[in-house]
Amino acid sequence: MKPEQISAIAHLARLSMDEAEIPSYQQSLASILSFVSDLERAQTQNVTPMAHPLPGLTQRLRPDVATEGDAHERYQANAPQVAASLYLVPKVIE
Amino acid sequence: MPISENPIGTPVSLLAMNNETWETVIGLEIHAQLSTNSKIFSASPTAYGAPPNAQANLVDLGYPGVLPVLNAAAVGMAVKFGLAIGAEITPLSVFARKNYFYPDLPKGYQISQYELPIVAKGHMDIVLEDGAAKRIGITRAHLEEDAGKSMHEGLGAHSGIDLNRAGTPLIEIVSEPDMRSAKEAVAYLKKIHTLVRYLEICDGNMQEGSFRCDANVSVRRRGQEKFGTRAEIKNINSFRFVEKAIHYEVARQIDIIESGGKVLQETRLYDPDKGETRSMRSKEEANDYRYFPDPDLLPVAVNGAFIAQIRATLPELPDEKAARFAAAFGLSAYDAGVLTASRELGDYFEAVVKLIPQDPKLAANWVMGELAAALNRDGIDIAASKLGPARVAGLLQRIADGTISGKIAKEVFEAMWSSGTDADSVIAEKGLKQISDPAAIEKAIDEVMARSPGQLADYRAGKDKLFGYFVGQVMKATGGKANPAQLNELLKKKLAG
Amino acid sequence: MTLHTKSLAALAAGLRAREFSSVELTRTLLARIEAYQPQLNALITVTGPSAMQAAAVADGVLARGGAGPLTGIPLVHKDIFCTEGVRTTCASRMLDNFVAPYDATVVAKLKAEGMIMLGKANMDEFAMGSSNETSYYGPVRNPWNPQLVPGGSSGGSAAVVAARLAPFASATDTGGSIRQPAALCGVTGLKPTYGRVSRYGMIAFASSLDQGGTLTTSAADAALMLRAMAGFDVRDSTSVERAVPDYVAALELPLAGMKIGLLKEFFEKGLDRENERCVREALAVYEKLGAKLLEVSLPNLGLSVPAYYVVAPAECSSNLARFDGVRFGHRAKDPKDLMDLYKRSRGEGFGAEVKRRIMTGTYVLSAGYYDAYYLKAQKVRRLIANEFEQAFAQVDVVMGPTTPTPAFALGSKTSDPITMYLNDIYTIGANLAGLPAMSIPCGFVHNLPVGLQLIGRHFAEERLLSAAHAYQRESDWHTRIPAGYE
Repeated sequence: MKPEQISAIAHLARLSMDEAEIPSYQQSLASILSFVSDLERAQTQNVTPMAHPLPGLTQRLRPDVATEGDAHERYQANAPQVAASLYLVPKVIE
Repeated sequence: MPISENPIGTPVSLLAMNNETWETVIGLEIHAQLSTNSKIFSASPTAYGAPPNAQANLVDLGYPGVLPVLNAAAVGMAVKFGLAIGAEITPLSVFARKNYFYPDLPKGYQISQYELPIVAKGHMDIVLEDGAAKRIGITRAHLEEDAGKSMHEGLGAHSGIDLNRAGTPLIEIVSEPDMRSAKEAVAYLKKIHTLVRYLEICDGNMQEGSFRCDANVSVRRRGQEKFGTRAEIKNINSFRFVEKAIHYEVARQIDIIESGGKVLQETRLYDPDKGETRSMRSKEEANDYRYFPDPDLLPVAVNGAFIAQIRATLPELPDEKAARFAAAFGLSAYDAGVLTASRELGDYFEAVVKLIPQDPKLAANWVMGELAAALNRDGIDIAASKLGPARVAGLLQRIADGTISGKIAKEVFEAMWSSGTDADSVIAEKGLKQISDPAAIEKAIDEVMARSPGQLADYRAGKDKLFGYFVGQVMKATGGKANPAQLNELLKKKLAG
Repeated sequence: MTLHTKSLAALAAGLRAREFSSVELTRTLLARIEAYQPQLNALITVTGPSAMQAAAVADGVLARGGAGPLTGIPLVHKDIFCTEGVRTTCASRMLDNFVAPYDATVVAKLKAEGMIMLGKANMDEFAMGSSNETSYYGPVRNPWNPQLVPGGSSGGSAAVVAARLAPFASATDTGGSIRQPAALCGVTGLKPTYGRVSRYGMIAFASSLDQGGTLTTSAADAALMLRAMAGFDVRDSTSVERAVPDYVAALELPLAGMKIGLLKEFFEKGLDRENERCVREALAVYEKLGAKLLEVSLPNLGLSVPAYYVVAPAECSSNLARFDGVRFGHRAKDPKDLMDLYKRSRGEGFGAEVKRRIMTGTYVLSAGYYDAYYLKAQKVRRLIANEFEQAFAQVDVVMGPTTPTPAFALGSKTSDPITMYLNDIYTIGANLAGLPAMSIPCGFVHNLPVGLQLIGRHFAEERLLSAAHAYQRESDWHTRIPAGYE
C-alpha cells in the first residue's frame, strides 16, 4: 500500500493521519489485505452474495403512527456544544 | 460568468437552446417528501415547522445502538407512484447505505436504495405550450431518508444543526437525460409535481422544501453522440429558478468550451439573488459513497396482492383526466393540461361545467382566466377560492343567456369576489343588465351621431376606423351595458345612412 | 454461605426461601468486585448505590411473593449495552463521557425480571479484539493467571463470571467474542442464533454478525438467562418473530442417538495437542452417553477468517461513522473547521485496532475494490453457510475446539494483527452462518481451561443447551474456580 492510498482512506474515514503514522498503517493494511486475498481462490461464480445470515426473511413494516415526543433537552445533555437547541459545529460554508 | 445579452435582450443561452451548434441535455432528480405521519425509519412526527430538534428522536439522531424500522405507508406511497408512471415494481428491493460525512447526516450514512430500487423504469408524458408532446423516461424511483438542516447565520463562528427533518421519507425520482430545453425540464417538473399531489403522496410545497429538484445539465455539439460533462445544480426550489438556473448554466458551459476550457463535473448551487450558479465548496471533491446493502434492514417484499391493493387506490390520473376533458369538452391538449394541473382545479372546473354544460369553453376560459388571476392576486389556492363552482357557473349562465356582456361580467366577477355574493344580486344591485332592446340602443346611437357631426362625416367619407369611436361613445352613454352584438349591427346600419 | 458460588437456580431458590436477601447477596458481590478489581480490571463502571437500591426493591417483591425466577439476582452487563442513566463506554475514549439516555432491550428485559445490575464489564474497544487488550481502560486479566489474557472481546464479562463476581454477565459475539473468552476463562458461553436476541441498544460493531448472549457457570444457568433475554423486538428489524421456547424445560432433552459432527477442518494443524486431547476426551463422554460421532467437512471453512475480516470491518467502518463529535461522545478541543473536528475527534477517540478496522473497512468498500473484496467475501459467506446446512443434514450438532490454544500472555499477540485474528479460527464460521453456538469447559492444560465448542442449526438452542447440560452432569470442569477466587 502506498502512502497516498493510506492518506486517501484516512481522509474518506475522517481519521487524522500524520506522516509518522502512515508506515504502520501501510504495513498492517498490507498484511490484512494479503491475508484476505485468500478469498480469491474460492469458486464463487453463480453464488449470490449473502447480506443476511438467515435465508428468506423480508423486512417488517411498521404502521405509520407518530409516537415519539420531544425529548431534545434530555438528549442534548450529552451534546458537546449546543445553542438555541441546535447542535453546533465549526461554520460550514456552502 | 454573467450571461451576455444581445441587443434584442434575449439571453445568449436562449439562443443557444435553439441553436444550430449546441444541444442542451438535461436530466432531473426530484426529491419529494412523502406525506406520512411518521418518519421512514422511526416513529417521530414529520410535521413541518416544529422548534429545532423537537422531532428528532434517538433513531433520527443516530445514537449508538439504535436501529431503523420501515414505515409501511412510505412503501405504499412509493408503489402508488410507480404504478402511476407505468413502472415495474421491484418485488424485492434493498436498502443500501450511502456513506459520507456531513453535519446534517447524523449516522454518517444515508439509508437509500442503490442497485435494487423499489420502482424501476417508467415514463411521464409532457405537453409544451406550442402543443408539442414528448415522453420523458424515468430511470427509477427509490425510497430514502432526508437529512437534517444546517443554519449558517447568526451563530458566530458556528453552523447549527437541526435534525427535525432527518429521517423524513423521500422518494427520489430520476429522469433519463431526455430533456433538451429548460422549457421541457419545467414542463416535466410541473407534471411530476401535479402527479404527486394527485396521488396525495406529497404536498408539493416547494417553499417548505417538500419538493426539491436537482438539475443535471450538460451541452454537446449538435450531432455529437457522446454526452458532454455535466454539472449538477442542487436543491432548486421553484419552477422559475429551475428555468433560470438551466439557462445560466448552459451559457456558462458553452462559454467555457468555446474559450477552449473543459467543463468540470461538479456540484453547483443556484443563487437566486445573483441569478447565477456557483460551485459548492463543501462538496467539491467527488465523494466515494461506498454503497453496500444495509445489514440492519431486510429486503422489502412487495407482492401482487399488495400492488393490487395500492392500484385500487389510484385516482383518475392527470393525463387521464386531461384526455377526458379534451374529448368531452373540446379543449386543446394544452388547456386540458392547465385545467388538470391539480386535482382540486380539475374537480372545480368539472363542477362548473356540470352547471353550464352547453358552453364548456366559456367555463375553461373563465377558470383559466379571471378566476386564476384572482387566486394569484390573493395568493391563494383553488381550495381557498372565495367563490365556489356554483357561483362562477351562475355568472357564466348570465353571459350565456345574454343578460350581461362578457366585459360587464368581469366587473360583476370582481364584485362577487370581494363580497362573496351571487351574480344575480350584483347585477341587480348595480343595474348591470345588458341593454338588448333595439329601440334603446338606437336611441343612444342617434344621440351620439347627433353630437358627433365631424366624426360622422369623416366616417362616411371613408375613415372606417372611426367605427370604434362610435362604439366607444355608445358604450359610454349606456354605461357599458349595450349588447355588443346588437350595437354593432344597428350602428353599422345607422352609420351607413 | 458461599453465595458467590451458587448457580442462578440455587440463588433463586435461596432468595425465595428467604435464606438470604437480595441486599445481602448484592452487598457480597459488590464487595468481591471491589476486592478483585485491582487485579482483574474486569469492570469499567460499578453501580453500587443503585444496585443496593434495586436489591431493596427486589427484597420487597420477594417478601410479597411476587418474585420470578430471576428476581433479586445480580448481574453485570458488557459495556456495549446501553444502560439508561449509566455511563456506557464500549471501552473507548470516544464514549468515555457518554451516559446512555435509554436501556437496550436486553437490559430492559432483565431489569423487568428484577435483576440487579452491579456494573458494566470491560471489553475490547467497540468489541474489536480477542484478548481484551484494546480497551481504553486497560486490559482485563485472566482469573486463572493474571499474566494471561481472558480472551475477547467479552473478556471482562468472562472474567466476572469465572471469578464468581456475578452469576451472569451479558456479552456479545461477532466472531467468537463470547465463546473464546468463555473457553479461556473456564465458563459457559452461549451465542444464540442471529435474530434470537434483540440488538436494539447493543452498540453495533458488525450488524450482520453481532448477537447478544450469555456467560454463566453452567448450561442450566444459560438456559434460564436465554429464556429471559430472547424474543422478538419491534425496534430491531433483524429480530425474528418466533416464539421463545422454555429452554429450562428443554434441558432434559435426551441425548441418545444424537449425531455429532466432527469438523475435519477443526482438527487440522494449528490446534494445540493438549487442547485437542481435552476436546477428544469430552467427545468420548458424549459417545458414552449414547451420541454418535461422524466426520463432516466444510471445505471452505478455512476462508471464514478472511471473509470475516472483510465483512466485519466494512460494516463497522460504516457503523462507527456516527461518532463524529457532534451530538455525543468525544470532541477534540478547539477545532479550527469541520474537517478538523471530524478528524481529530475520531483520531483521538478511537484506539489503534478500531482505526485499523475502520481503515480496512473503508478500503474494501471503496470504488474499484467493492467487487473484489466485499462482494467476494459475501459470496464466500454463502458458500460456508451452505456447507454448514449440508453438514446439518447429516448431523444434529457440530463439535470441536473453541480455540487453538489456552489463554496466552498479555502482549504476546499484539504486534501482528493477523496472529490475533487467527484466534477466531474455529468460532467465526457460526457468526457468518448465523448459527447458535456454545463453549463449555472440557478440561485443563497447564492449569488453564480448555473449551469445547458446540454449533447447532438455526434456532436449535434447546438442542445445544441440553447437550451441554448432559455433559455437565457427567463432568465437573465447569464447577472449578480459579485459585484465590473460591
